[in-house]
Amino acid sequence: MAIPVIYNMRSVKARWTSAVVAVLGIAGTVGVFVAMLSLARGFKATLVHSGSARNAMVRRAGSTSEMDSVIQLDQEKILEDAPGVARTAEGPLVSPEVVVIAPFPMRSTGTDANVQIRGVSTKAPQVHENVKIIAGRFFQPGVSELVVGKNAVHSYSGLDLGNTVRFGGGQWKIVGVFDAGGTAFDSEVWCDSNILSQVYSRPASIFSSLAVRLNSPDAMSAFKDALTSDPRLTLQAEREVDYYDKQSRVLTTLITVLGSIVAAVMGIGAVFGALNTMYSAVAERSREIATIRALGFGAASVVSSFVLEALLISSVGGALGCVAVLPLNGFTTGAMNWQTFSHLAFAFRVTPILLAGGIVFALVMGLVGGLPPAIRAARRPVADALRAL
Amino acid sequence: MVRVDGNGNSSLICVRGLDKKYQRGSEEIHVLQGLNLDVEKGEFVAFMGPSGSGKTTLLNLLGGVDVPTRGRITVAGDEITHMSGSKLTNWRARHVGFVFQVFNLIPVLTAYQNVELPLLLTKLSKAERRKHVGTALAVVDLSDRVDHYPRQLSGGQEQRVAIARAIVSDPTFLLCDEPTGDLDRKSADQIMTLIERLVEEYGKTVLMVTHDPLVAKRAHTTLHLEKGALVEAATKEVGAS
Ligand SMILES: Nc1ncnc2c1ncn2[C@@H]1O[C@H](COP(=O)(O)OP(=O)(O)OP(=O)(O)O)[C@@H](O)[C@H]1O
Ligand SMILES: [Mg+2]
Repeated sequence: MAIPVIYNMRSVKARWTSAVVAVLGIAGTVGVFVAMLSLARGFKATLVHSGSARNAMVRRAGSTSEMDSVIQLDQEKILEDAPGVARTAEGPLVSPEVVVIAPFPMRSTGTDANVQIRGVSTKAPQVHENVKIIAGRFFQPGVSELVVGKNAVHSYSGLDLGNTVRFGGGQWKIVGVFDAGGTAFDSEVWCDSNILSQVYSRPASIFSSLAVRLNSPDAMSAFKDALTSDPRLTLQAEREVDYYDKQSRVLTTLITVLGSIVAAVMGIGAVFGALNTMYSAVAERSREIATIRALGFGAASVVSSFVLEALLISSVGGALGCVAVLPLNGFTTGAMNWQTFSHLAFAFRVTPILLAGGIVFALVMGLVGGLPPAIRAARRPVADALRAL
Repeated sequence: MVRVDGNGNSSLICVRGLDKKYQRGSEEIHVLQGLNLDVEKGEFVAFMGPSGSGKTTLLNLLGGVDVPTRGRITVAGDEITHMSGSKLTNWRARHVGFVFQVFNLIPVLTAYQNVELPLLLTKLSKAERRKHVGTALAVVDLSDRVDHYPRQLSGGQEQRVAIARAIVSDPTFLLCDEPTGDLDRKSADQIMTLIERLVEEYGKTVLMVTHDPLVAKRAHTTLHLEKGALVEAATKEVGAS
C-alpha cells in the first residue's frame, strides 16, 4: 500500500507559504492559457454562428471574401431560378448585398475603427433569420436610413438610435437597432443597397455577394451544381457557415499560437516554481522520507507520494487559474477581422472543455515540476539522511 | 547466547567478517573491521563505545538501511547482504523495528497514523490494522493519546509512540539507537522499563546502542565496540523464561 495521501495534504498545509509560489505560478499560467483560448473560441463562435447551414453565400469565382467580390445584376437574376432556392409570395429569398467599410470612432479608445456597412435588400431579414429588430424599425427602401447592430451601438460613438451620421459622402439617419444573436452582423451597420451604391458612386447593378436562402441544408449540393454548370455564371457558392468558419481561421490560429507560446513560456516559469517548492519540500523532509524508507516503504512509494503532492499543489493552482478567468466568460471585446479589415465585437467563451484543458495543463506542469524532486527524494541513501540533523 | 568470536551457530542473527569503510575525500575511514556477532532470539544486547566508534553504522547494517563493504549478515536464515534494494526494503518491513534517538515521528500524522504506517505495507484490513495499532498503543500505555500529534506529546511519550510503531508489525528484532539519548532520567527509566517488558513479556529480540551505563545495565549483555570489532563486557544472569 502507498504512503497515505493525508501525509501529503497535511505536509502541504503545514508549509503552505512555500506552496504558494508554485500555486500562483501555475494559476497564472493556466489563467492566461484558458483566457487566450476562450478568446479564440469566442472569436470563432461569433463568426461561425453568423452563418446559417441553410444559407448559401455566393461570390465571384476566386474571391477570398465579400470585399473583393463582384456580382452583376443579370447573374443574380439567373441565379434566382436555380434549384433549391427558397421562395415566398414575394419571390425568391435572395438578398443581393453590397459591403463597404467606413471609419467610426471607438467608444473605448476614441480612435477610428473600420465598421462593415452592408447594403441589403428588404428581403435580408428573411434570409438572415437570426437578425431581429430590437429598437426602432427596419430602414425604408430608397431612403438614407440605417439600422445598426447592437454591438456596433456599444462599440462606436455616434451610432445611437435617432442620430444622424455622415459617411461616404452621404447623410444617414439611424432608425433601428438589430440583434443578430451575438454574431458578426451585430458589429455591422445595414442600409438599402441601392442607396449605398449611389452614395459610393458604384453602379446599382453590381453587388458584393448574394445571400441565398435554400429550401433545406440538403439543397446545397444541387444549388451548387446548377451554379457551377451554368456557363453564364462565373460564381462560387459555399455554405455561409463554411465562409465564416474560414474567416475566423487566421485570427483564431494567431491567437491560439500566440497564446500557446505565452503559455509555454509562463509554463516554464511555473514549472521552475513547482521544482523549487518540491525540492525544498524534499530537502526539509529528508529525515521523514528516510524514516518512511526505513519502515519498509519502497523508492517507488516515495516517488509517487511526492509526485502526488506536486499534482495536488498544481491542481489547486489550476483550479485557481480557472476560477480567476471564469468571470471573463461573456465579456465582450473587439478585434480586427483580417479577411475584411473590419472591426468585430465578440465575447470570451470559457467552455468546460477549455477549463478541463487548463486543469490538464496544470497537472502536466505539476508532473514535470514534481518528478525530479521526487526522484531525488527516493535516491537519497537512507542511512545518510537518518544521520543528518 | 550472544557471541562475538564468530564461532556461534543456530543463531537468529549471524554476522561474519563485517567490514565497513567510508570515503571522506581522499581519506578512508575503516569503521568496522571484521566484526563477528551471534544473537539468539529473545536476547537483549547493548552496544557501547566511544563516539565515532561505529555503533550507528553497525545498527544501520543490521537493519538493512546500509550495505557493508565486506562480510555477511544472516537473519533467520536469510542473507541480507546480497539482497537487491527493493528486496531489502521488503525485508526491512517484515523483520526490523527501528527506534531512533530523536524519535523520527512524522509530525503531520497523529500517534495513531504514525503507528499504523508499517501496517500499510501488510495485507491487513482496516479493521485488523485498527486492532493492532490499538494493542501497540496499549502496550506503551498511550491509548488515551491516539489522536495527538507528535508536537502535543512529551519527549518520553513521543518515544513510546515510536516504540509502538516499531513493534506494531511484530518484527523479528528491534534496533534502538540511543533510545534514551534525548530524554530526562525519569522518562529514560520508563522507556527502559518498557523495552525490558518487550523482551521479558513479549519475547522480543532487542539490539540497543547507548552511552549510558545505567541504561546498558538493563540489557542481558553489553558489548563494546573497539577498533572496529565487538568485545564482551558484561553478561548478567537471566532468569529462566
Ligand atoms: N556517510 C559517511 N561518510 C563518511 N563517514 C561516515 C559516514 N557515516 C559515518 N561516518 C563515520 O564513521 C564513523 C562511525 O560513525 P557512527 O555514526 O557509526 O558512530 P557512532 O558510534 O554511532 O557515534 P556516536 O556515538 O557519536 O553516535 C565516524 O567517524 C563517522 O564520522
Ligand atoms: Mg551513533
